Amino acid sequence: MASGTTTMSNDTILKVEHLSMRFGGLMAINDLSLEAKRGEITALIGPNGAGKTTVFNCITGFYKPTMGMITLNQKSGKQFLLERLADFEITKHAKVARTFQNIRLFSGLTVLENLLVAQHNKLMKASGYTILGLLGVGSYKREAAAAIEKARYWLEKADLIDRADDPAGDLSYGAQRRLEIARAMCTEPELLCLDEPAAGLNPKESLALNTLLRGIRDEGTSLLLIEHDMSVVMEISDHVVVLEYGQKISDGTPDHVKNDPKVIAAYLGVEDDEVEEVISEELEGGAR
Amino acid sequence: MEYFIQQLLNGLTLGSIYGLVAIGYTMVYGIIGMINFAHGDIFMLGGFAALIVFLILTSFFAGIPVALALLLMLIIAMLVTSLWNWTIERVAYRPLRGSFRLAPLITAIGMSIALSNFIQVTQGPRNKPVPPLINDVYHFGDITFSLKQLVIVIVTAVLLAVFWYIVHRTPLGRAQRATEQDRKMAALLGVDVDRTISITFVMGAALAAVAGTMYLMYYGVASFTDGFTPGVKAFTAAVLGGIGSLPGAVLGGLLIGLIESLWSAYFSIAYKDVATFAILAFVLIFKPTGILGRPEVEKV
Amino acid sequence: MTEQNFPATPGLMAKALKEGIFAGVLALGMFLLYVGIKTDQNINNELIWYPRWGLLAIFVLVAGIGRFLIVGFVAPHINQRRLAKAKAGIPEVSEDKGFFRKHFLKIALVALVLYPPVVMSIYGTQGSLKFVDNFGIQILIYVMLAWGLNVVVGLAGLLDLGYVAFYAVGAYSYALLSDLFGLSFWVLLPIAGILAAFWGIILGFPVLRLRGDYLAIVTLAFGEIIRLVLINWTDVTHGTAGISGVAKASIFGIWSFDVGASNNFAKSFGLPMSSAYYKIFLFYVILALCMLTAYVTLRLRRMPIGRAWEALREDEIACRSLGINTVMTKLTAFAIGAMFGGFAGSFFAARQGFVSPESFVFLESAVILAIVVLGGMGSLTGIAIAAIAMVGGTELLREMEFLKLIFGPDFTPELYRMLLFGLAMIAVMLFKPRGFVGSREPTAFLKERKAVSGSFTKEGHG
Ligand SMILES: Nc1ncnc2c1ncn2[C@@H]1O[C@H](COP(=O)(O)OP(=O)(O)OP(=O)(O)O)[C@@H](O)[C@H]1O
Ligand SMILES: [Mg+2]
Repeated sequence: MASGTTTMSNDTILKVEHLSMRFGGLMAINDLSLEAKRGEITALIGPNGAGKTTVFNCITGFYKPTMGMITLNQKSGKQFLLERLADFEITKHAKVARTFQNIRLFSGLTVLENLLVAQHNKLMKASGYTILGLLGVGSYKREAAAAIEKARYWLEKADLIDRADDPAGDLSYGAQRRLEIARAMCTEPELLCLDEPAAGLNPKESLALNTLLRGIRDEGTSLLLIEHDMSVVMEISDHVVVLEYGQKISDGTPDHVKNDPKVIAAYLGVEDDEVEEVISEELEGGAR
Repeated sequence: MEYFIQQLLNGLTLGSIYGLVAIGYTMVYGIIGMINFAHGDIFMLGGFAALIVFLILTSFFAGIPVALALLLMLIIAMLVTSLWNWTIERVAYRPLRGSFRLAPLITAIGMSIALSNFIQVTQGPRNKPVPPLINDVYHFGDITFSLKQLVIVIVTAVLLAVFWYIVHRTPLGRAQRATEQDRKMAALLGVDVDRTISITFVMGAALAAVAGTMYLMYYGVASFTDGFTPGVKAFTAAVLGGIGSLPGAVLGGLLIGLIESLWSAYFSIAYKDVATFAILAFVLIFKPTGILGRPEVEKV
Repeated sequence: MTEQNFPATPGLMAKALKEGIFAGVLALGMFLLYVGIKTDQNINNELIWYPRWGLLAIFVLVAGIGRFLIVGFVAPHINQRRLAKAKAGIPEVSEDKGFFRKHFLKIALVALVLYPPVVMSIYGTQGSLKFVDNFGIQILIYVMLAWGLNVVVGLAGLLDLGYVAFYAVGAYSYALLSDLFGLSFWVLLPIAGILAAFWGIILGFPVLRLRGDYLAIVTLAFGEIIRLVLINWTDVTHGTAGISGVAKASIFGIWSFDVGASNNFAKSFGLPMSSAYYKIFLFYVILALCMLTAYVTLRLRRMPIGRAWEALREDEIACRSLGINTVMTKLTAFAIGAMFGGFAGSFFAARQGFVSPESFVFLESAVILAIVVLGGMGSLTGIAIAAIAMVGGTELLREMEFLKLIFGPDFTPELYRMLLFGLAMIAVMLFKPRGFVGSREPTAFLKERKAVSGSFTKEGHG
């Protein structure tokens, strides 16, 4: 495990070092270090309350970590220390986008409008911070049309094109999840953080989600993924990090993690000395 | 020094009145998350009820003992305002519960306008002076302390004790606190939520009526506009103390009473309300949920 | 008092009777002191009282019989209709729009432009004054103020209870600056707007981090602070006495409405002297200002900033996750709302020729906010309708002289103006909690523009 090193090759997009987050007496994250590689899907898994969402909130600036350093390395070579940026700056400048465990859409805006809001910064600039746009300058009109095209592109990818003019609050749960991802993608992120995107989806929707996420990765956006659904994790992730009680207990390829006794113990909730037993049972039961 | 203590006493008296009204704001806010703008006017109605009872009593029983008169004024004012607030909640707020959040706020503002104008129409627009009920004044050196101030502070303290007992030691209080925490869950566990909310309004109104009676006694005059300024100040007190918190309401009330009397004494009477509001803004900027309010965790 | 689910239940009449009696008793308890007894001062300025049992009886009977009728007849009838509707499966919002609704704004604009000449030709020059001033200008000022506040409350979802402060800033800016520097209305109008926006930013900056009701109380406090300063800073503002003799607006400096001026409008055109011309001119000015407000608001809604406002109303955290600087977004909403308030304020000063703190009390903020909410947050049409209904309706009461014939010569309908206003606010909210126009028009569409039902839009946390 290569945590603690200070050098950072350009194929590492995100590096979290010695991250700690304390809420009163609770250490929600305790000295966590992890890395995410560019062009990969990195999964962050762990039992309920392990601190996964808290890690996301630290990365995306919604919480200020008690300690630690979070470095984002852009394709261009630019580096950002995320713990020093305000939440909106992280999306705006460092190009990290996220979704939420409890879906947060603009439910009274239409699906299309949701995607246009996501292109706010680009459009603000194009509209000369509203002033040129008010005067009806041509370049803004072009940008606005391009924004709609971009929205259309992601609507098609997320299979929402038929619902474009409906209010976001009117969509089914699965469609809302996809819309949230499409909306995040409209900010043109280099790193996309997804908090349990498959939660509450039926198997068919879950499958479609896998395709969507792979597509996003193949277009060059790296993904950091919190997920409880193991079939999704094993299926699509290139790299898995396992958290328990705010600490990393395992880190590696899906296969490595799946067979890590600590992980099995964490998920089955057994004492350390029972781990051996569990493993032997597991082996007897045959491979899954 | 004497002067300072004198102002402290005055501030304490005024603060008690604000505190009583602030409790009504804070309880309703705590339980249904609504700013009950009409609460200041309930306070005004209480003052008027006491005034009218006082007039009737003194015209029929000229030599009635002051304590008895005051007690009757208090009880009747409490009863009448309770009826009003119960009905108002029933008619104007309950149908909107759970709907669009600004709707109850607007009905409350409408109710406030309607109530003050109702009194203007039925009782006339002029200020109504009443002869002083209690005249005794005590002197300690240079400090004067009037009996009416003492009555105000004592009545407030007794009521707060009773109130605290109800909220923390009775099944009713438990139902209230449960409803405050999670209305749906409370209902599932057999709490009659509608009734609990009604009782909350009744309790708030009763305290406001006491405050209204005290206010009348203290200043010796009632006006249909009395609901606004004391109402806004009591609301300010509730927010300053941390809205939703009962001790906060009392603390906020006392603070505002003190700020007001000390500012008038040492700086300028003209700007006393400016000082009150400025301090509110200042406190909120640094402590966005008030002095005793629970810090709001932004759940992401 | 549970809801009656099925019509014609057997015990209905007994129930209605019971509830009627209950309501009557309740009304007796509520009104006994306030209606049954009237207090008054005698010649010695002592309070006296006398009973009014007749009036009390009327109140009690109205409450009792009213409740009886509602429970026994109205409620079952309504439920029946609703049931029938549900069975027939008619959607609650009908989608088709008639010609009138489609071209509503254009028709309204034409009607407004034609309004002064039409009124003048019917009632004569002097007779038109009342209609142009009380019904025209008065309502349009509220339309403009409500449209301005709509940016803050309706679009950005920030609850502002002190909007009247910016109206005051605009009015005093015009009154003071025109007096000090002799600048004209047309120069000072934009300056007043800018000053108000500036104040919006100054007041907004520290408080916009506050959430929800905390923001509401702080804006209320700021509104009161500004009013109290206007009252007490007598050297500059003349306190409660106010500033009188505020300069009139002119037609771009070409024609004046000052009686003594050589370029007086009426003189130049050889018309008889009348203040009606000034009012008609002002009518067109405020109409133009309203149109400007509407135009800017509609344009801004389709721009990134306007969408960000609405997104902010829907979910602030999601906004931040998309890289939107929410503080700046809120500030621009606050500043632009304040700017329109400032415009309206300087217009108000030019119209009245007099400003005093009396005009900028909390009640004004409440009325403006009520108009925004009653109209339907975000909907310009709804807000205009609400302004006409609420302000026009109460103005109408002033005109009801004939009521004196019914209630006797002592009856002053004006006295009931605000009472009815308050009751109307409650009634509208109870029947239409989302206001007259509850749906919102999307700002962009791919295939077709479908109105978004009010049940999806949020009201912001402020
Ligand atoms: N704002 C907060 N204040 C206090 N405690 C918090 C806060 N946010 C999270 N926690 C606590 O931190 C711990 C980790 O929570 P977190 O939401 O990160 O878990 P999680 O791994 O995402 O769990 P789940 O799988 O249930 O989503 C929990 O005990 C939680 O209660
Ligand atoms: Mg989580």
